[in-house]
Amino acid sequence: MGFPLLSLIIFTPAAGAAVLMFLRSDDAVRWTALVVTVLDLVFSIVLLAGFDTTTHEMQFTETVPWVPALGITYALGVDGISALFVFLTALLSWISVLASWVAIERKLKAFMASLLAMQALMLGVFSSLDLFLFYVFWEAMLIPMYLIIGVWGGEGRVYAAFKFFLYTLAGSLLFLVGVIALYFHGGETFDILALTAQDLPFGVQSWLFFAFLIAFAVKVPMVPVHTWLPDAHVQAPTAGSIILAGVLLKMGAYGFLRFSLPMLPEASVYFSPLMLALSALAIVYGGLLALAQDDLKKLVAYSSISHMGFVTMGIFALNIRGLEGGILQMFNHGVTTGALFLFVGLIYERTHTRSIADYGGLMKVAPVYTVFLALFTLSSMALPGTNSFVGELLVLSGGFAANLAVGAAAVLGATLGAAYLLGMYRRVALGPPSVGARFKIRDVNAREMVAILPLAVFVLWVGLYPKPFLDIIDASVTHLLTQVHGRENGQ
Amino acid sequence: MEPVISIRPLLAVAIAGLAALSVLLLNKREKLRDHVSPLAAIAMFAIVASMAPTVLAGGTVELRLFEILPGIDFAFRVDALGMVFATVSSLLWIVAAVYSIGYMRHLHEHAQTRFFACFATSLAAAVGGAFAANLFTLVIFYEVLSLVTYPLVYHHEDEEGWKGSRKYLVYLMGASKSVLLAALALTYAIAGSLDFVPGGLLAGANASAALLTVVYFCYLFGFAKAAVMPMHAWLPAAMVAPTPVSALLHAVAVVKMGVFCVLRVVFHVFGAGLVGGLGLGIATAYLVSFTILMASVYALTRDDLKARLAYSTVSQLSYVVLGAVLLSPVAMVGGIIHIAAHAFSKITLFFCAGSIYCASGKRNISDMAGIGRRLPWTMGAFFVASLSMIGVPPTAGFVSKWYLTLGSVQAGEIAFLIVLLASSVLNAAYFLPVSYVAFFGAEAQESPAAVREIPLVTIPLVATAILSVLMGVFPGYFLALAEGVVR
Repeated sequence: MGFPLLSLIIFTPAAGAAVLMFLRSDDAVRWTALVVTVLDLVFSIVLLAGFDTTTHEMQFTETVPWVPALGITYALGVDGISALFVFLTALLSWISVLASWVAIERKLKAFMASLLAMQALMLGVFSSLDLFLFYVFWEAMLIPMYLIIGVWGGEGRVYAAFKFFLYTLAGSLLFLVGVIALYFHGGETFDILALTAQDLPFGVQSWLFFAFLIAFAVKVPMVPVHTWLPDAHVQAPTAGSIILAGVLLKMGAYGFLRFSLPMLPEASVYFSPLMLALSALAIVYGGLLALAQDDLKKLVAYSSISHMGFVTMGIFALNIRGLEGGILQMFNHGVTTGALFLFVGLIYERTHTRSIADYGGLMKVAPVYTVFLALFTLSSMALPGTNSFVGELLVLSGGFAANLAVGAAAVLGATLGAAYLLGMYRRVALGPPSVGARFKIRDVNAREMVAILPLAVFVLWVGLYPKPFLDIIDASVTHLLTQVHGRENGQ
Repeated sequence: MEPVISIRPLLAVAIAGLAALSVLLLNKREKLRDHVSPLAAIAMFAIVASMAPTVLAGGTVELRLFEILPGIDFAFRVDALGMVFATVSSLLWIVAAVYSIGYMRHLHEHAQTRFFACFATSLAAAVGGAFAANLFTLVIFYEVLSLVTYPLVYHHEDEEGWKGSRKYLVYLMGASKSVLLAALALTYAIAGSLDFVPGGLLAGANASAALLTVVYFCYLFGFAKAAVMPMHAWLPAAMVAPTPVSALLHAVAVVKMGVFCVLRVVFHVFGAGLVGGLGLGIATAYLVSFTILMASVYALTRDDLKARLAYSTVSQLSYVVLGAVLLSPVAMVGGIIHIAAHAFSKITLFFCAGSIYCASGKRNISDMAGIGRRLPWTMGAFFVASLSMIGVPPTAGFVSKWYLTLGSVQAGEIAFLIVLLASSVLNAAYFLPVSYVAFFGAEAQESPAAVREIPLVTIPLVATAILSVLMGVFPGYFLALAEGVVR
């Protein structure tokens, strides 16, 4: 066992959260949180730099016995899929701190501590190789997120936070049932890799598949268990929305990739038509809902449902293009939707309204803001040349290969995406500058620019040169496919 | 023949991009800013021209930048078809840049910096599309072109402008984010690549005829810039833009990009063999014949000169597609060179419409009685370009129509011969009255004496009128390229 880099990545923000408690001034809190998150970002870059893309084996593994009697260990490690999300988490956490710099006006210390705790737990989820450890991180995430929405949210924050908590908890309990069932059927171990190697009977797989499905579907969220999302997003502070959309929604899809597909391959193949249909439903229904929104933040929230439909569709196409596209879209959605929530936050700070009808002509008063908003809007609608297009093309060609009708439905969703995103942009940025008369608007400042630029870089980088990103996940995805289809063929 | 590896395709795109950037940076220094576009245009034309000898000799100029996905690169390849489009665009940018300065200055238009920046970027997109080596690269430039022309269309920022530009974007983006996206994904799923292949990427593909037919029509309507009915309504709606923009849309870049993409699909994605084998050639020919005739009839009924020209474009674009899908070599040549012939003539016509508007503020044909006596150069050029649109020798339009008619005979499709002839009659019916009224109509009494030619506007339109004739007399360059495509 070499240097425990993953532990360092997980515990840096945790330690940071503890340090914050001893600080007096708000400025010290801000700067400490920033330094901690930037440091963690550097660590995650070190992780990617040292990552061997030629193998699907877990890397940077650490194993420390924890509860030997029950076979519980503190086991960490990443493959290509989780490494990418460790990086995404670190990237968005740092931006969340910047987004909360002045937006959080009370109890800043507690807020930043929650944010850092949240970061530590999310990183833990992506790095766990022990099912019990995974579950601990997974459940614990609920608490800081509940606080972030419930304490620092908008007017309906209590209702939204409670709804978020209930939905996720309900899903998590089924997940717990699944975990315990898996423990007993899988030879009384919590070792994820050992469980993956088990060959469970189809009946057991089916039951577990549905237990997991409900847990993960709530997180993704898939229609019809999506209704907590718009409430949570609208009420959450900007940083909460960035983390929620950027990382938390990925957890569900990550669950499918880490548990459902490799551990329950036959059930995954058997139920893939159902999953594809649900994905198509989410894509189209989410798109239609987004089309009907006047609230800017709700629009972005509903668009997430549609975009995450593309992700699950790619995953359950169960072919190489679909899977790689789905995973790439997870990353892209994190970057792009994270940026869009950041932009919603920036304009809300200035105008204290989120109604699209109140905007108009922002191009004239805040040109820099609108130019970057255009970039992220176009990225969200997957314009060729941006990150999402590469992912969307992969997902669609994988989806079409799996099922023509589902592919066609996804295309319809893409069309809807163009409609609500371009419509939103036109109403916000173009037209007569009614906004200038009513609100005092200043363009983005240097701090905000620092938060925006890295995301903009990733939009174009993945859009025009996605190879490094696909290289990271390639070996793991190929291996995942052999796990799914290999055993199926073996029967 | 070994492909020539060169940075020049990228350079041609970059020079227009840099021009746009310089325009933005010189926002406050108008005189200096206005020099940028014509100079960049000349430089771009020189770069494009420098690759012509290689392409004429049957070679290609290539530049592979990087891999996007397995089977998809971001890459340029300059071949004969791309050369036709790039030559036309870069050459006409020179005149259009000069004309724009004259027009914008004369009318004291607002937001000129945005205008010139978007204009230059749209040229980068057009030439990038012309030189794209595969569908992925092509579509990137295609979409950039849609986006940067959008502010040009809403330029006036009035009620009419917002409405027209909205329709413009809805049609173009709607088509590309629906059927075109589906076509791309299906093509990638079927062929595992998006490269342009002589003879067709999908030729010999393992897919059902029904699926391939769907993909084909997804492309045909997805590339809405080709304005095949019913995807044409954005074009008349976009005439709310200032006239130099109409010239850009109708001659230099946008619609040419549309038909260029359709030709790419017919020649290099499906290949003539597959299009013929699936019976798609004749089906498309009937579809575009309908567009040719219907649009001409619409044009007849329009009194607004720009609207009449817009419908004329819809009709003429379908000539290009018709030539390609008749699948006889001669007709294909006719279709390809009609890109150039139509561009030279139609830009002249739009320049004239702008010149008339600048000089007199008139837009309706019925108000233009006698204006030819005030604006002899403008209306003279208009007449020459009209003859080219009708197809009278020795103009450019004659050459392309000659090949098209010969090609439909060669293909044994007499129905399309009749369509071409009927359309020529219709062209005459809606173009010649304009010249007649302008020269022989009785001038209205209140016509102000101040109506006279504006040099910076008139010189370019005379130049393009001369180009229309020159191409009729010396069609060799474009014919050689077109034969290179068909060979």
